[in-house]
Amino acid sequence: MGLDIRFPIGMMFTLLGLILLATGFFTSGDAAMYQQSLGLNVNLWWGGFLLLFGGVMWGFAILGKNKNP
Amino acid sequence: MTQVHLTFIDFTILGLYIAFVIGIGFALKRQMKTSADFFLSGRNIPAWVTGLAFLSANLGALELVGMAASGAKYGIATCHFYWVGAIPAMVFLAVFMMPFYYGSKARSVPEYLKLRFDERARAFNSISFAVMTIFASGISLNALAKLLNQLLSWDYNICLWVCSLIVLLYVLKGGLTSAIYTEVLQFFMIVLGFAPVVWLGLRDAGGWNAVKDKLEGVATHPVTYNLVSDSSKTFQPDAWTHAWIPLLGGPSANPMGVDVFAIVFGLGFVLSFGYWCTNFLVVQRAMAAKDMKAARNTPLVAAVPKMLFPLLVILPGMIALALTATAGKEYRLPQAIITQAHMTPALGAIKQLATSGADLTTASKALSVVAGVSFNDAKISELLKSPETLSSSDQQLAIRLQDAVVNDYDGVILSLVKRYCPTGMLGLALTALLASFMSGMAGNVTAFNTVWTYDLYQAYIAPNKSDDHYAWMGRVVTVAGILLSIAAAYFASMWTNAMDIIQLVFGFVNAPLFATFLLGMFWSRTTATGAFIGLVSGTAASALFHACSISQGNIPGVKGAYLAKLVVLPSDMAQNFWLASFAFTVCFVLTVVISLATKRVKSDEELKGLVYSLTPKPKVDQAWYARPEFIGIVLLIVCVYFNYLFW
Repeated sequence: MGLDIRFPIGMMFTLLGLILLATGFFTSGDAAMYQQSLGLNVNLWWGGFLLLFGGVMWGFAILGKNKNP
Repeated sequence: MTQVHLTFIDFTILGLYIAFVIGIGFALKRQMKTSADFFLSGRNIPAWVTGLAFLSANLGALELVGMAASGAKYGIATCHFYWVGAIPAMVFLAVFMMPFYYGSKARSVPEYLKLRFDERARAFNSISFAVMTIFASGISLNALAKLLNQLLSWDYNICLWVCSLIVLLYVLKGGLTSAIYTEVLQFFMIVLGFAPVVWLGLRDAGGWNAVKDKLEGVATHPVTYNLVSDSSKTFQPDAWTHAWIPLLGGPSANPMGVDVFAIVFGLGFVLSFGYWCTNFLVVQRAMAAKDMKAARNTPLVAAVPKMLFPLLVILPGMIALALTATAGKEYRLPQAIITQAHMTPALGAIKQLATSGADLTTASKALSVVAGVSFNDAKISELLKSPETLSSSDQQLAIRLQDAVVNDYDGVILSLVKRYCPTGMLGLALTALLASFMSGMAGNVTAFNTVWTYDLYQAYIAPNKSDDHYAWMGRVVTVAGILLSIAAAYFASMWTNAMDIIQLVFGFVNAPLFATFLLGMFWSRTTATGAFIGLVSGTAASALFHACSISQGNIPGVKGAYLAKLVVLPSDMAQNFWLASFAFTVCFVLTVVISLATKRVKSDEELKGLVYSLTPKPKVDQAWYARPEFIGIVLLIVCVYFNYLFW
């Protein structure tokens, strides 16, 4: 297999997670904006989760690479 | 629908996703050397990748938009598409059929038909499949462009062309491999993009029990929410919240308008097995797996998330309906809005119609023309009859008229996205929507180009050309397939509920097909002539059934009964399921009868690897718990449990 799809997936979700985390961080005082999402800063929480998911995918990809280089 | 505005962050997320899918296409470009690389991925992909792609390729308009629409329209009974339909069919494919598809080294489903029967069955199947694929892809493209237009007021035509162009770019560069890889990425994008929306919706509605409570109230007054067009119609309280009990009461007791037989035989056995086991769009993903084990595991890997998908796609529709019925939530199922310019003449028209005492059908039709939207007949009838219509102020009347506009179920999922997503999450959810459409379209296009090139072009138009020539043809037909899909999208823009149309098209093509495969794979006596005549008659039977049947309340024409009005069915769904059952039975019976009357041409030796009884059992080198049979049984048990849970 020429391309391990886990790398692009890991990379994309890491970046998406970072973007959302940053958005959530910089808008954390904006209560009006998050009224929509029931008062939860979803960008922050979900951004964090996406970052974690991206990292796990990346981890699997690296593990796989070490196993069959 | 009011518009939402995307900010820089949303566009960044969208742009990042597009960059990644196109990037994958370009990264794989170097590997595309022969036509086999382009069409078959060189058969070297692991099962988890093909499995998720298998699932994702099926995620077009059908799944996200259509299932949420059905969730609101029909409630939890929509889960039958998963727990009665998809899962058993996927297990059957893995356990019984994959060994023949993969083992026969056929490059496509039509090619299997050629090996098993002869050129006639292949030609018929490849042509009908090609047509169906283009339609499916066009319908999903139309739905996407329509939604983006409504929500973001992006131009319909630009959406259509730009989305197609992105798909074209990465399929052209990386062929099937790139379609499969991006489908995996899209799978995660779809799940992770929509899960928070569903979660917020459920939280807002007050949890699952509150949703159930509200839906019980809805079921007893369905006309209030424009769910039915007959003001005297009511259901038992559990009509939206139980999957089987409402079906037992017959077609009039459930909003889907179907009975148990139509669900179990029509949807479960005929349509779902026909779709999941013989549709090259999904089977192609399994055929690209690296070995027989991976090929058989593909549908099983896909079955696990598939089983849980109702949470993601049906639940939002039910939440939307529950919110509509909750006072103080300021939410209602989306409707087309009567514009100011249309409202004034519409108000004049309703007053005039109320005075003249015009009959309901004429009045409703006349109003639709003036207002530019369709109306719920029950509400219009109320307006026409009540004396207040003439005396009330224009403002009050305008509110009542707007309330009478039919629900736009296809807008359900996006109305929730709009409601709960602040900028950032909004970009993510929209990207997920885009991902689902692209994965469906790429799936259709790769299946179409393979069938065209191998089963039509190489077989009948230009045999014995160089491999380079076929690889070139594959690229040309990828472009052609996209252009045809766009044409089909414009064609589909004339209809309202995408889901019902797709089911109808599947009914025509897929329903008889499963009978042919079932007999072909498991009854060695089936002859080529029997299979061909059975298949053609089955498809003709579905067209004939459609021409002579109609669902209640529809006008004869494109919805059926254009030849004669012989059968009237309670709903569009029921019409689809009975059509499929009828076509399957015709194909099955005729194939058996004609096979018995004709001589078998192919010898036992030729049918080895193609028919169950003539194929030696492969040596099993897997532990018992890793075998497809065992995993399949476990999946089925879980499936039965889900049915029991929402009985």
